This record gives sequence, C-alpha cells and structure tokens, in this order.
Amino acid sequence: MSDIAIKLENISKLYRLGEIGTGTLSHDLNRWWHRVKGKDDPYAKLGEENNRESKGGDWVWAIKDVSFEVKQGEVLGIIGKNGAGKSTLLKILSRVTAPTTGTIKAKGRIASLLEVGTGFHPELTGRENIFLNGAILGMTKAEIRKKFDEIVAFSGVERYIDTPVKRYSSGMYVRLAFAVAAHLESEILIVDEVLAVGDADFQKKCMGKMGEISNKEGRTVLFVSHNISALRSLCNRGMLLNNGKVVLVDDTDVAVSEYLRFDDTLTSMELEHRTDRLGNQLFKFRGVEFYNKDGEQVSETISCDYLRVRIYATCDSSIDCSKIIFGFNLLNQYDEVVLAYNSDEMGAFNFSNDKGYFEIVIPNLYLRANTYSIKLLAFYKSTRAEDTLDIIEKATRITVLNGDLWEVGNINRNGAYSIFPGQFIF
Amino acid sequence: MMSANETHWNLEIKPKSGILELNLKEVWHYRDLLFLFVKRDFVAFYKQTILGPIWFLVQPILTTIMFLLVFGRIAQLPTDGVPAILFYLAGVTCWSYFSESLTKTSETFTANASIFGKVYFPRLIIPLSIIVSNMIRLGIQLLLFFSVLAYYMLFTDSNIHFTWAVALFPVLIIMMGLLGLGLGVIFSSLTTKYRDLRFLLSFGIQLLMYATPVVYPLSLASEKYRWIIALNPFTAIIETFRFAFLGAGSFNATYFTYSFISTFVILIVGIIIFNKVEKSFMDTV
Repeated sequence: MSDIAIKLENISKLYRLGEIGTGTLSHDLNRWWHRVKGKDDPYAKLGEENNRESKGGDWVWAIKDVSFEVKQGEVLGIIGKNGAGKSTLLKILSRVTAPTTGTIKAKGRIASLLEVGTGFHPELTGRENIFLNGAILGMTKAEIRKKFDEIVAFSGVERYIDTPVKRYSSGMYVRLAFAVAAHLESEILIVDEVLAVGDADFQKKCMGKMGEISNKEGRTVLFVSHNISALRSLCNRGMLLNNGKVVLVDDTDVAVSEYLRFDDTLTSMELEHRTDRLGNQLFKFRGVEFYNKDGEQVSETISCDYLRVRIYATCDSSIDCSKIIFGFNLLNQYDEVVLAYNSDEMGAFNFSNDKGYFEIVIPNLYLRANTYSIKLLAFYKSTRAEDTLDIIEKATRITVLNGDLWEVGNINRNGAYSIFPGQFIF
Repeated sequence: MMSANETHWNLEIKPKSGILELNLKEVWHYRDLLFLFVKRDFVAFYKQTILGPIWFLVQPILTTIMFLLVFGRIAQLPTDGVPAILFYLAGVTCWSYFSESLTKTSETFTANASIFGKVYFPRLIIPLSIIVSNMIRLGIQLLLFFSVLAYYMLFTDSNIHFTWAVALFPVLIIMMGLLGLGLGVIFSSLTTKYRDLRFLLSFGIQLLMYATPVVYPLSLASEKYRWIIALNPFTAIIETFRFAFLGAGSFNATYFTYSFISTFVILIVGIIIFNKVEKSFMDTV
C-alpha cells in the first residue's frame, strides 16, 4: 500500500508576458491555424526559464518540469525567493489555473488557503459568512454546522456573530476568516503565507493550530512561507524552488540553509549589475561578503558574534580615492538604521583598486536575531547630494541568529534592535 | 503493485479536459454552496433598504407604465385584444428574467475573478446560482402578474382565459432560465479575453428586446416575415406564455419546438465552452 498523498509529474506552466489583450485575436487565429495544420504552438517556442532579471521572449515558463511526491501526513514547506514559481505551483495545486503540461494525482480532497476570507461578503453577518466561506472552501453545510461552535470559539468573536462583518474591526475579520479555514476537513491542505494575520496573540494561536493540524491530525500539508522560523517549526520536509525548477527536496533545515546561502550569493553577485542606485558611479560597489571569526564565508551570523564584512568596489582613476566618504548602514525590517559606520568620523578611507575590496571588522555584532539589510553609501569630499558617487539600498541581507549574550543559558529574544552588554546590580 | 496504487487516486489535474468531461457530479456535490450564493445575493440586495424585496416589483411596474404610455397610447400598437397592462406586464416579467439572467451570468468570470483566483469550486455554480436567484425574483414578479390577472378576470368582462398551454408553464420558466444561462456562459467565457463583447452585450440586449414580441404581438408582423422574428428562440417562449395565461395570440408548435431545441443546443455549447475556459481563465482575465 503506497502512502503517497499527492504526486506531481512534469508540471509546467507557460505564461505570456506583457500586455494581454490587444492583438490576441490575431495570435489566437494564428495558433489555431498552426494547430489545424498539425504544427506546434508558434508562440510556445519562445518560452524560456523564469528569470525576472534577464530579458527574452514574450513567453516564460513560470515553472518547468516540476515533479515530486508528498507522503500522507507529511508537511512540506515550499521555499524560494520571489518569482521562483511558488505561487504558480500553489495555483495549479489548488486548481485555480490548469498546468500547461503534466499531471497531478491526489488522494482525497484538496483544500487551498491562498487567502483568508475568500468570498466574505461585508453585508452578511459573521454567522452567514462562516457558512458561505466554509462552502466556498469545499465544506458541506452539515460539516460546517458540526464545527460551527468550535469555529466561533476559536475566532473569539462570539458577541458579534450576528453583526454584519462590515462592522468588524479588521482584526476580528481576519480572526473569523482564519477560524473557518483552520477547521477545514480536507485530507490535503495547501497553505500560502496566511499566517501573518491578527495580533501577536492570535498569530501564536494560528501557529499552534497549524502545528496541530499537521502533527496531530496527520493531514498532508503543503506550506509556502518566507517565515523561516514558521517553516522550521511546522514542516518536516522542505522543497527549494528557483527560477521555476525544483532545486532540492530534503529535510527542512537542509532546504532552509540552502535557501539562505543560495539567496544571498545571488544577491551579492548581482550587486554590480544593479541599476537601482544613485550617483555617478565613479566609485562603484560591486559586491558584499560576510566572514566569521574562522575566516569562512557566511550568510548568517549569531547575535553578538564577530563579523567581518568585505566590500568589493572599484574607484575611477579620475578621482582621489582617499577623499571618498564611505557609509555603511545596517537596517532592520522597518528600514530603520540600527548601526552605522561612517569613514569621515572614523578616519581616512584608504581604498586601493589593486586589492579591489576593503573590510569592516565588527568585533561583536550587538543586534538581536533578525534579518537586516545593508545600505552602502559613497560620496566625494562632501555628503551633498550632487557629490554622490554611489548609493545602493538593500545591497544585501544578513541574517542574525539568536545568541546568548548573558551566558546564562537563555536564548536572547528576537528583535529589530540592539542588545548591549550590561548587568543588574542589586 | 504499481497498478493497484494507481487506482487509488481520486483526483487528477491535467492541462486539458475532454470536451464532454463536464463534472456535473462535482457541481452536485457543491449544491450547498449554490444555495448559499443565492442567499447571499438576496440578503445583500435588501439589507439596509426599507422596502426590501418589494423593490423587485418596482421595476416591472414602472416599465409597464412606461410601455403603456409609449407603445400603447402614443404608438398605439395592438395587444392581441387583451388589456394592455396585462399584455405588457407579461412581456416585461418574462423578458426581465431572461435579460437579467443573461447579463449577470455573462459577468461570471470578470465579477468573481478575486474569488476564482484564490480557491477552486466548480465555476458553473456561480451562473447556476444567478439563475436560481433570478428565478426567485421572477416568482415575486409573477405574484404581481397573477394578482393583476385575477383582478381582470374577476372584476372586468375582458375575454381573458387560460388555455391548455398552462401545462407548459414550468417548461417555459425553465426554458427562459436555461436560454439566459446558455447565452450568458457563452458571453462570460468569451469576455474573459475579449472585453469588447461586454459592450456589445449591453446594448445588444436592448436591441434584442425589440426583436422579441415584448411590446408588440407576433401577429403584428405579416405572415411572410413572422419567421424572422421567430428565429429568436425567445419569441416562441413569450408568445406561448401569453397564449397560456391570457388566451391571446396563438400557439405555433413549429416555433415552440425550434425554440426548445435551440435552447438546449445553446446551453450545451455554452457549458462546453465555459468548461474549457474555466480551467485557465485566470491567466487571461
């Protein structure tokens, strides 16, 4: 007896780029004519792999030849950077759109949660919307009735259940919507990043419920998220997608670290080709790398650890490299600067083209666990706008993992701010 | 071993489905959703209104009055010898059921793109729910028609009488709905890609009303050209309806059979096209 719940074979999806609309009638006729003559689709040939940065034909494969299997009761996390094909895959799995090629076979009902509150009608009461939304998600009236009290209790909006949802606060709205979704009874559940709803308390509840669904009820779950910690705690396997192709399917930790490594290398390699920068580029940033205290290249570090940042750049011979004012900013997810090094405060900037890079040594990175982005700035002689050489926002990212600054065996909390040495005196 | 496992799959997603794979069984499974959509349409319609469902009566009453003035008094079109109010009210009630069904179903994909983009259910549920909602609306409007009819029969000495064709009443109601559904799904399937059709439909439906004996009886057209008007499948439906309840006009078996057959042909063609489009419309909408 095989215990495979869902099986994908060579799933591909072709999308057309650009304007769809004008001129499609002639394309359609042309395609139809080719088909009548027994030839291939004249436009499908142009399809190439999905890469946002490269230019090419009008057609792209959003995903190409994706094949994998998910066992019964397995929780598979799907990761990949934006545009890797995660959403397309989810759309095909949830039958919102059909694949261009390939087949999917599944055992049991598939319910998809690409959004919470699909089909909620503002004029209807909470009660009516529970039934409507539940039915849209594939439950029968009898099933919803059976779970109704549980749904209401979970959402915590008992008092408002007979009030139209347009009177709800947005928090109440998503709580109710998630509550319906969480009580679906399908054998296979497909979840997109919908966990980021409600306040912190409710998020915790959602995560708990998700864990319960996947671990205790033994259902098969396909879960897409950028939230690495959620993926780590919920999934037992991870699949990494890149440019519409499966890179690997492995243990969650392996897949996550591969994703982090992979993602960051790509960004730093692309830095010199990026065009979203300011300045005349007489001095130009080309790449950023991070090293740990053992001299190994890393993409993540531990809170309060040693970190060396290497910045590759080139300086045009027409300017005096020692007159450059360099700035290095570390920003949290709210785009607030949490750390800044400025060469005009710290002394001369003796960059040399021969070496091609310079480094910043941070003996202790006193920041709480989070992902931070890096902004690089270079000015010539003054920091006025017209003297800008090169400014690049979000040049790369660095993931800081939880550390133990106080050395008492407690993991420090996450946060988007610093954690400094200090102590209580009693 | 392998072949034994293959049989366990109960769901298969493929790029294209066969022309006759209509999945009507699945539609049946989702019947609860159909009725919830109907309920939603109703509740949403009369929430925060004072008159509520009475609004459903305002439209046929005002239209009838307008027709009475324009076509009855000014143009002085004949009404097959029945009181003009009844004549127009019958026409307006049937026509508005058909045209509402058609316009609403033709918007299926464009109006529901946000739901369709997020979750799967048989898309046919939406047009079906529209037909059912409109049928309830028709029921309310027919109550009005029958009350006016009863008044004329009881309190005036007009020559109104039921004929045997009353037996066809349920068939007529179903034909009106299915014709609207069939045409509606054809238009909805095509408008996902070619939005032009939406504009064509919005005034086309007004023109179509004049090509249907709504404001005039079929007998007004000369024998020679009558068949042209009868090419419109709705003609026989509306004529038969008036013949059944008002005893006006005549019943033409040929026209009626033609209308019956074309309704089902349109419906089947419509569902096949719809079924083909629903799988990938999210890419073109």
